[in-house]
Amino acid sequence: MGKFSFDNVNSMYMDVLKELGNIGAGNATTAIASMLNLTIDMKVPKVELKAVEDLGGAICPEEETIVGIFLEVQHDISGSMMFLMRLDSAHYLVDRLMGGMGGFSEDETMFSEMELSAMKEIGNIIAGSYLSALSTMTNLVITPSIPYISVDMAAAILSVPAIQFGQFGDNALLIETEFGDDVMIEGYFILLPDEDSYDKILQSLGILV
Amino acid sequence: MGVLIKVGMADLKTAKSPDVLTTLGLGSCIGIALWDPTTKIGGLAHVMLPDSTKIRNNNNIAKFADTGITELVRQMEELGVSRRRLVAKIAGGARMFEVASSTSVGNIGEKNAIASKQKLKELGIPILAEDTGLNYGRTVELNCENGDYVIKAVGKPVKTI
Repeated sequence: MGKFSFDNVNSMYMDVLKELGNIGAGNATTAIASMLNLTIDMKVPKVELKAVEDLGGAICPEEETIVGIFLEVQHDISGSMMFLMRLDSAHYLVDRLMGGMGGFSEDETMFSEMELSAMKEIGNIIAGSYLSALSTMTNLVITPSIPYISVDMAAAILSVPAIQFGQFGDNALLIETEFGDDVMIEGYFILLPDEDSYDKILQSLGILV
Repeated sequence: MGVLIKVGMADLKTAKSPDVLTTLGLGSCIGIALWDPTTKIGGLAHVMLPDSTKIRNNNNIAKFADTGITELVRQMEELGVSRRRLVAKIAGGARMFEVASSTSVGNIGEKNAIASKQKLKELGIPILAEDTGLNYGRTVELNCENGDYVIKAVGKPVKTI
């Protein structure tokens, strides 16, 4: 059984997790910027502990349609991670990536196959660069799976991490990042290492002995 | 229509006709609706995990199918409902991401559905209808007036079971 639990996070752990979130999100943002050939500003990510029960409404109203990209991670640590965006941000990013060829359909909640695949690629790059930052800092080998995507109600998508966190505690860690040039993109990261993997991360950083 | 009463995640509530119980955006979780046609008292539980005995941290009984359903029945009986008259409808238990169903993320919805049905069977409560599985989120409403269980999903027609 792991020593780490979100139910007894002290401020030092929080600082470490914040810093991991910060560097990971910074890396991911840089990757997106270079992919889209943009000069991008980013705000300092916000790291919040949320009660599992409140996760469904943590980003936006429960029934609002959002985009969730999900990846499994394995090797030295195991678990999964998610990157979430509201629809306007997702449409904007996809449109930029496709050089304005994405086009807005009548129904905002609909994405073409091409747009979905572009979004998966964005997820891939964001998650990949996030994980590689984590990997460099901790000296742990972390490899992501292919990305999976879902465009659905926020609470339904967030039920996935809520359930994963809910298996070993009452809290979940949500990292909010904001970046952009003229339009600001809001994105959210949720890291879901298995319980023992948290210990490994904290141990490799010398926080937990 | 009466008042719309919201049930959160890992939460359960009871209500009486003409009120309506709702829970928003069920993903892999399950919404278990119980209803007594005689007293028109209804109950809705939004459970996240199948089995409380497999989890160390299990103080919130509404989080689990086994303890959540038992507690919902207990609360309804306290309101004067006879267990013999109760009928059930269930919805949710989706696989939100096309992850292999052998993984814990891939099969939790299915496990939730199985555990819920198992518990209802154990308590002798018949399941009149279900809308579970597949890969999309659902908002549900239990109308305590007639026991209708209304299911809404993104880009799909509203369904009543």
